[in-house]
Amino acid sequence: MIVARTILNIRLGLKTLMLHKLRSMLTMLGVVFGVGSVVAMLAVGEGASMQALEQIRSLGSHNIIIDSIKPIDDEQSGDSGARMSVYGITYNDQMRIAESFGDVRRIVPVKVLRQEGRLAGRALDLRVVGTTHEWFELVQRPLLAGRVLVGEDLHRGGNPVVLTEFGARRLLAASNVIGQSLRIGAYVYEVVGIVESEEGVAGGQTPDQQIDAYIPIQVARQRYGDISVRRQAGSQEIEQVDLHQLIVEVDELEHVERTAAGIAAMFERFHGRPDYAIRVPLALLRQAEATKRTFNIVLGSIAGISLLVGGIGIMNIMLASVTERTREIGVRRAIGAKRRQITGQFLIETMVLSGLGGAVGIGFGVSIPALITMIADMPTVITGWSIFLSVGISLSVGIVFGLYPAVRAANLDPIVALRHE
Amino acid sequence: MTLQATNKGAAIELREVRKTYIMGSQEVHALAGVTMTFGIGEYWAIMGASGSGKSTMLNLLGCLDRPTSGNYRLYREDVGSLDDNRLSDLRLRYLGFVFQSFNLIPQLTVRENIELPLFYLGWDALHSAERAAELAEQVGLGDRLGHRPAELSGGQQQRVAVARALANDPKIILADEPTGNLDSSTSAQIMDLLQTLNEQGKTIVMVTHESDIAARAGRRLHMRDGLIDRME
Repeated sequence: MIVARTILNIRLGLKTLMLHKLRSMLTMLGVVFGVGSVVAMLAVGEGASMQALEQIRSLGSHNIIIDSIKPIDDEQSGDSGARMSVYGITYNDQMRIAESFGDVRRIVPVKVLRQEGRLAGRALDLRVVGTTHEWFELVQRPLLAGRVLVGEDLHRGGNPVVLTEFGARRLLAASNVIGQSLRIGAYVYEVVGIVESEEGVAGGQTPDQQIDAYIPIQVARQRYGDISVRRQAGSQEIEQVDLHQLIVEVDELEHVERTAAGIAAMFERFHGRPDYAIRVPLALLRQAEATKRTFNIVLGSIAGISLLVGGIGIMNIMLASVTERTREIGVRRAIGAKRRQITGQFLIETMVLSGLGGAVGIGFGVSIPALITMIADMPTVITGWSIFLSVGISLSVGIVFGLYPAVRAANLDPIVALRHE
Repeated sequence: MTLQATNKGAAIELREVRKTYIMGSQEVHALAGVTMTFGIGEYWAIMGASGSGKSTMLNLLGCLDRPTSGNYRLYREDVGSLDDNRLSDLRLRYLGFVFQSFNLIPQLTVRENIELPLFYLGWDALHSAERAAELAEQVGLGDRLGHRPAELSGGQQQRVAVARALANDPKIILADEPTGNLDSSTSAQIMDLLQTLNEQGKTIVMVTHESDIAARAGRRLHMRDGLIDRME
């Protein structure tokens, strides 16, 4: 009964609105823009946070990443000819971290080397990473062929090498390269596997595009040492770097920031100069969340103001409509309509108006993010709940701003209303 | 004033009913103590100059207003003590209004206008449509159900208004200058219609200032200065 009556009221509302098409459309605009910006805002925000989350997931939210950085003063003195610069993460740092922090599950060292590689008569400058088998556990990459490094490789004293997809391509090697000999510098290795390269993520671990091969870190230390020489036009650059990167995995998410702070304090004490950088993906996540929050507040206020203006516009028109239809209200009251039935009628009419505005707004809100994605290449995600929220918002605008005109209509004295010209 | 005893009982009983308005610092007695009974099935015309209190009387009878003092009983129900909701209910169940300016709702069709009281009575769409068609037929507008009021002549509009007033099968029909906006031939049609309704048993109270219209009613009540002047 109530449902049927509401449907009748909605039909009546639609009919009344259709009588003044232009006026109704103009009245809806505020809600259209308000709801549109809510949907668009949520889509952009959701897209941004999705992207940030994706990045952080690929870095590992439990991880703390420490990089070696060449201090600026070292670079400036480089022109005086042959001079060795010593900087970055040391083996002692790795040990200290392992010993000092109970929350650390594992530490993966990364040592980067540049050596000439030879495969089947083909010579290339290879970028080789010395690391442990745990690297492959921490930074999982799909295996294309063969196997990755395992624990035994470190102790067996063998000489296995794992190529990256990128490195394999550079060496023109196919999957039948497994078992073949690859010479790196003066030493010979056996190719045991190929792993897929992943698009390098800004601020992540040593990106795959820059790496051609992985070898056990002990082997790398023994055979190539910690000193690298790079010749540049006329001068040579000699560097001593123990480790280029450390990836520290923490056992619990809640311990990540505490451990990161501890590591930062430790490095500050033992290094004395900024030849390292500590990155905490979890902190990046927090930062991304904070950015998103700010973004949402700004866009939310815009949407809020738009909705407020839209709501006031609706209220204004509804008040005019009540005045215009005073006689109708009087007739309905004389026939026997109760006050709350009049209130209901006008309230539903306002809600039809704001609801329609909301529907058009959702249409806008859905197409704007698509446009943003196309033009600005920003990811956007439209979630079901944002649509749900928008419907709720537009109907609430109808209720909030329709209530006063509706109550005013209901409180008209029927005698006065009937006499109204 | 004398109490009218009828064989069928009283539809409306007024006892010492006063309606006082405050205009500025002055009290205006629109009704200055009226005692009167309208019997069931009677057809009354209320006459009087403007300001005589006849409109106030009709508003009170129509439960659109409550008396300042005195006693008003509509089918034994004490109207003076009822709240707005109950008054609305009384109007919905007992009364049908016909106005001078028709007062049809312009955006609704003839059928929808006639269905209006049924809507508030909670009838379903199917039965409402049936009843509306029936009533439109009764007032001779069976073929105009889909029209809007603006597409009808004044006489036709007033006939729709009568059909609407009949939709809830009211006990009493209150007519406020029902022919005031009509020419003489359409006026006659409306008066015929009202007479038929009275013959079918409806109690009718009509306000008019035209004596030839009032002559169609069974009884006439003349008012002056908020009091009953005489009855015929």
